Amino acid sequence: MTPFTQHHGVALPLLRDNIDTDTIIPSREMRTVSRSGLAAGLFAPWRYLDPDARTPNPNFELNLPEYSGASILLAGDNFGCGSSREHAVWALMESGFRAVIAPSFATIFRNNALRNGLLTVALDRHDLDELVEWVSADPIEQTIQLDLEACTIESDPQRNKKVFSVDPTARDMLLNGLDEIGLTEQSMDLVARFEEQDQAHRPWVYLSRD
Amino acid sequence: MGTTLFDKLWQEHEVTTLSERQSLLYIDRIFLHERTGSVALNSLLEKQRSVRKRQHAFCTMDHIVDTLPGRGDDTLMPSGRDFIVATRHAARETGIQLFDIADADQGIVHVISPELGIALPGLSLICPDSHTCTLGGIGALAWGVGSTEAEHALATSTLRVTRPQAMRVNFKGDLGAAVSAKDLILFTIRELSASGGAGYAIEFSGPAIDALSVEARLTLCNMTTELSAFTGLIAPDQKVLDYCAGRRYAPQAQLWDQAAQHWQSLRSDEGATFDREYTFDIGSLKPQLSWGTSPQHCVDWDAAIPHASDAPDASASAAWRRAQHYMGVTGGSQLSDYALDAAFIGSCTNSRLSDLQLAASYLERTGHKVAKGLKALCVPGSGQVKRAAEALGLDDIFRSAGFEWREPGCSMCFFAGGESFGNGVRVASTTNRNFEGRQGLGVRTHIASPLTVVASACAGYLVADTTT
Repeated sequence: MTPFTQHHGVALPLLRDNIDTDTIIPSREMRTVSRSGLAAGLFAPWRYLDPDARTPNPNFELNLPEYSGASILLAGDNFGCGSSREHAVWALMESGFRAVIAPSFATIFRNNALRNGLLTVALDRHDLDELVEWVSADPIEQTIQLDLEACTIESDPQRNKKVFSVDPTARDMLLNGLDEIGLTEQSMDLVARFEEQDQAHRPWVYLSRD
Repeated sequence: MGTTLFDKLWQEHEVTTLSERQSLLYIDRIFLHERTGSVALNSLLEKQRSVRKRQHAFCTMDHIVDTLPGRGDDTLMPSGRDFIVATRHAARETGIQLFDIADADQGIVHVISPELGIALPGLSLICPDSHTCTLGGIGALAWGVGSTEAEHALATSTLRVTRPQAMRVNFKGDLGAAVSAKDLILFTIRELSASGGAGYAIEFSGPAIDALSVEARLTLCNMTTELSAFTGLIAPDQKVLDYCAGRRYAPQAQLWDQAAQHWQSLRSDEGATFDREYTFDIGSLKPQLSWGTSPQHCVDWDAAIPHASDAPDASASAAWRRAQHYMGVTGGSQLSDYALDAAFIGSCTNSRLSDLQLAASYLERTGHKVAKGLKALCVPGSGQVKRAAEALGLDDIFRSAGFEWREPGCSMCFFAGGESFGNGVRVASTTNRNFEGRQGLGVRTHIASPLTVVASACAGYLVADTTT
C-alpha cells in the first residue's frame, strides 16, 4: 500500500454527520470487478443532478472550482458508516484524497482506509470547526499540513499545531506502507501451532478437505 | 471477577498478541459473495496466493444476481454478469464451495450460513459484508470486513484485529403482540444513535432476549452494524443448540456432544463487568418506523415526525432538515399522512421463514389485499426458505394478496441487480438501511418489521398492525 508520512493540500469541508458508504460510492457506480474506475462515482448522488447523465450539481462543494484539487476531506461524525464496501476508500483515493478528518469514523471504513494508506484522523468538534473556519476563508491559499510522524495538523500560523492521537500499530503500518498479509505470513508457524492445540480443544471446527 | 462472553470468544481465537490493543485472531469460517468477495478472490489469485484452508471458505451469489423468476447470469445492471462470471471462475480456481445461482441452497449469505451450519456458536466468521454481525444471534463471533481483510483471512486463516470494548444491552419486560425483534433493534438504534456502538462488541441479554426465537435473534444482531458496533452477540442457549443440530456442516454424533457441551459454557459469567451497560424496559414498546435517512431516525409508528428545530444540536438539526427534505415529509406530521407506493419484504434482516410466516398470517387473518396500484414484493432469503414457505402455501397467500413472489437474493434491499423502485417512490421495507439512494436514486425508504410492512402495504400508507 501507499505509505503516508506527510501531506500538504487543499481541504474540502463536508460537515455532515453519518456520511454512509452508499453515498460515498453507490452500488450502481461499482461497475467492474476491480479496485479502480471508481473516481467518477465518488459522492455521485450529491455531486450530480442526474448521475446517469453526469450533470454536475453546481451547489455541491466538490464541484466548486476552489475545491477541485482537494486532497483532505473534513467530515462529520461517524464517517463511512453502512456497507463494508472498500470501494468507498478506493473511490476517495482515486479522486486524490489522502486523508479524512472527522470527529469519528465507522470501524470497517477506518480499517479499510488503514489498509490502503488513507489516513483517518479523529479530531474533536472544536478543533475540526477551527480547521473548517480556516479553510473556508480561502480554500486554495489556506491549506492544511498533516504530519503522521509528529501526529500534528498545521493550518493557521496564528494558532498552535493541533496534535492528534493514532493507534501506534496503525501509525507504523501507514508510515512504512506495510503489507499486512506479508507481515502475517511471517507468523505462520504460530498459526500452525495454534491449530494443533485448538484442534484438540475444538475438533468440530476443523472440517475435512473433501 | 467474571469473564464476558466476548472475552471468552476473543481468548479462544487469539493466536498471539500483536500490541497492547491488537491480536492475531484465528478465523474459523470465511464467507464471500459476488459483490465484494470476487474482488478479494481475484486479488489473491493475482498475487499467486492460495486459500489456506479452502474447506473453511464458502461463497454465494446474492448481491447482484437477479431475483426474477427464470433468472440466469444476466442482470438489469449492465456489468452484473461480469461479477457473477468472475466469482464463479475464482471459486473454481481457488477450490472453495460456491452456492451458485441454480444451487438448491443458494441465498443471502447471512441467511444460508446458519441454515447450513457453516456459522455455529463460538465460531469466528468473517465476510466482506457489514451485516455479518447477524451471526452473533447464534453466539458466533462474526463481523464484517473489507475486501483486503477478507483476502488476508483467505491467505492466512487469521486477521489482525483491534480489540473492541465490551457493552451490554439488557432488555426488561415482554414484547407486545405486534412488536418484534426488528422493533427492538430499531428502538435501540434510536436510543443509542447510529454511532452509539462504535468501538464496542455488544452483548444483548435479558428476559426479552431469552424469549426470542433464534431467527428473531439473527434479526436483532443483524442491525448492530447500524450502531457502528464491531458486532452483536447473544449467548447460545438450548434453542440455539436445537436450531443447529443436524445442519449440513454442523458436527455430528460424538463431535456434536462435545461441541454442544462447550457451547453451553459460552455465556458471560456472573459479575462480569462491561465497559458500558444499558437497560431498557421494553414492556410498552410500540412498533417502530423510520422517517428519515439514518436508522436512528425512528419513531413509534403513531408518533409525530420530530421538528428539525427540536433536534439536540445544530448539526443534528441540519441532518434532520436534510433528511425530511429528501424523504418529502415534514416535522409535526404523522407517517400515516403519506401515501405509500411500494412495499418490500426480504433482506438479510427479515427474509427467514418466520418473517414470511408472520406477514402471511396477517394476510390470512385479515383477508386484506395490497392497496391498489402499490408494488409489493416478497423475496425469500434462501432456496431452503423458499421451498419451506411454498410447502406451507405462503407463496399462494402472498400472490393472491398482490405480492410478487421472487427467487432468493438481496434484491431491492439496495440497487444491487440494477432494479429500483424509481425516483421519489415511497417504500415500506423490512430492510436495514434507509440511506439516501440506498434502494435506488431518490427512493424514500421507511424501515419497519415484516408485520408493519404488510399492514402498510394493505392500507396504502404507513401503519402498524392494529388487528391483534
